[in-house]
Amino acid sequence: MNILISAAALLILILLVIVGIEAAGLEYFFGVFIPYMAVVIFLSGIIFKLIGWARSPVPFRIPTIAGQQKSLGWIKSSKLDSPATILGVVGRMVLEVLLFRSLFRNTKYETKPGQKLVYGSAKFLWIAALIFHWSFLIIILRHLRYISEPIPSLVPLLQNLDGFFQVGVPELFITNILIVVSLAFLFMRRTADPKNRYLSLTADYFPLLLILAIAITGIMMRYFTKVDIAGIKTFAMGLVSFKPVVPESINVIFYIHLFLVSSLLVYFSFSKLLHMVGVFLSPTRNLSNNNRSVRHVNPWDKPVRIHTYEEYEDEFRDKMKAAGLPLEKE
Amino acid sequence: MYDSGKILAGIIIFILLITFPFWLNSIQGEYKGEPELVIDRSNGAQCVKSTDYMRNSHMTLLNEWRDEVVRNDNRFYTISSGERIEMSLSNTCMSCHANKEEFCDRCHDYSGVKPYCWDCHIEQKKLETN
Ligand code: HEC
Ligand code: HEC
Ligand code: HEC
Repeated sequence: MNILISAAALLILILLVIVGIEAAGLEYFFGVFIPYMAVVIFLSGIIFKLIGWARSPVPFRIPTIAGQQKSLGWIKSSKLDSPATILGVVGRMVLEVLLFRSLFRNTKYETKPGQKLVYGSAKFLWIAALIFHWSFLIIILRHLRYISEPIPSLVPLLQNLDGFFQVGVPELFITNILIVVSLAFLFMRRTADPKNRYLSLTADYFPLLLILAIAITGIMMRYFTKVDIAGIKTFAMGLVSFKPVVPESINVIFYIHLFLVSSLLVYFSFSKLLHMVGVFLSPTRNLSNNNRSVRHVNPWDKPVRIHTYEEYEDEFRDKMKAAGLPLEKE
Repeated sequence: MYDSGKILAGIIIFILLITFPFWLNSIQGEYKGEPELVIDRSNGAQCVKSTDYMRNSHMTLLNEWRDEVVRNDNRFYTISSGERIEMSLSNTCMSCHANKEEFCDRCHDYSGVKPYCWDCHIEQKKLETN
């Protein structure tokens, strides 16, 4: 059911463009208005969330560690997995962000017939996630060729590496295959296993399908249906230099691609995709484990009104004296 | 403890990254639009296929030609006018588009493509001067 809803939502988005372009001729709307709007919503949505996070107090250090914490000098401590210094935390964060170390520790559990519950390591999620994210990043960076003139030398470098095998013309990019395969795997992972299917929501399937559709439309344009790349660059340059021109005679597939990317940007800050910025704020990763060596004051402690015994005596001195009670101060 | 200072720095870095295309553009100076292609029509007013097709798919055509020649030893191609032309990068394409720098290269630089074909294939001009 959740799969059907996500697929239907995606289909509606695609139909919207086809009808809008083919029947209603809304090229300006889909080509200029929607992309600008998407970037604005993307930026402001994320900034809004970040401001919310900036206003929240930092929790007490959570030492969910996979290593010995720093204690006595002669006990070997794990500098990366249980860092006590800022440097160690930076190292842990860098590895987390670039290599997804937490996912590497992913485990699976299953009961085979006649067996007890068995726990095992499950590395495929980590591998597929790593391949997907890196391919996506390289693909996004390659797109710089459309929005810069002259093109930074990073782009040809990436293209050369990506087209390393020099298969066909235009050159086959390795990341194009990897992103589709890894997305397909990540999708299958959720659907093939009943436990994972039970846990998966529409919000899990939709981004996978959306990014898959973006990748497929891009691949179609590059290798099969073909588009006027120079013309599209002129259009994209118009957008980034704030002098938008609507391209003529551009395939509807390009508009679908652009609209799905815009949808992704709009959807971003309202969904789990926000983990792109959220990962930097993981309290179990970005706080050093120095609970024992540094005093941490609870940020939301209100100053407590205290009434000391001296004040009490001052207040009731006369009455206490009258009752014959002993006093500290006469 | 609050980390708003660090998050604020993060927000600024994030904005700079996302708006990169926009300010990169203003740093790189005035965008001059699509480069002018110099088309030499002295050998014929038409390309081997329609201009639209050539613009979008000339690389596919070249790939088909290459495969035909190298794998099937079939060196000739009939264009829509009925004329038979040689399927050759250097001899056919570059005979009309001899001004590689002002034609192929200009558009490729703009589109960010560097075909590696010229590692082996020679340009018509160099052929003539040799
Ligand atoms: C109107 C612009 C334009 C002109 C003119 C042009 N090309 Fe291209 N060419 C492109 C674009 C854009 C691509 C890249 C397509 C892609 O990346 O999907 C390309 C790709 C190629 C490729 C494939 C390279 C690769 O690595 O994928 C070859 C080969 C090629 N062009 C040959 C030529 C030759 C030879 C000429 C001159 C006779 C020429 N082109 C003129 C725009 C142009
Ligand atoms: C008979 C001469 C001739 C040959 C051979 C020829 N071209 Fe062309 N080509 C032209 C002409 C003339 C035009 C301009 C057509 C127009 O403006 O309508 C053109 C246009 C093009 C364009 C589109 C440029 C634009 O304005 O967007 C490309 C790309 C191109 N040719 C590539 C090639 C390639 C690659 C080959 C080899 C497969 C080739 N041409 C062979 C004459 C030729
Ligand atoms: C490693 C060297 C090499 C590279 C790189 C190379 N080719 Fe070739 N190509 C050849 C050889 C060798 C032949 C066979 C020549 C013959 O039999 O006449 C050939 C033949 C061809 C032919 C048909 C014959 C002719 O005269 O052109 C085409 C078309 C062609 N190549 C296109 C390309 C394109 C397009 C690229 C770039 C994407 C490319 N080649 C890159 C070596 C190369």
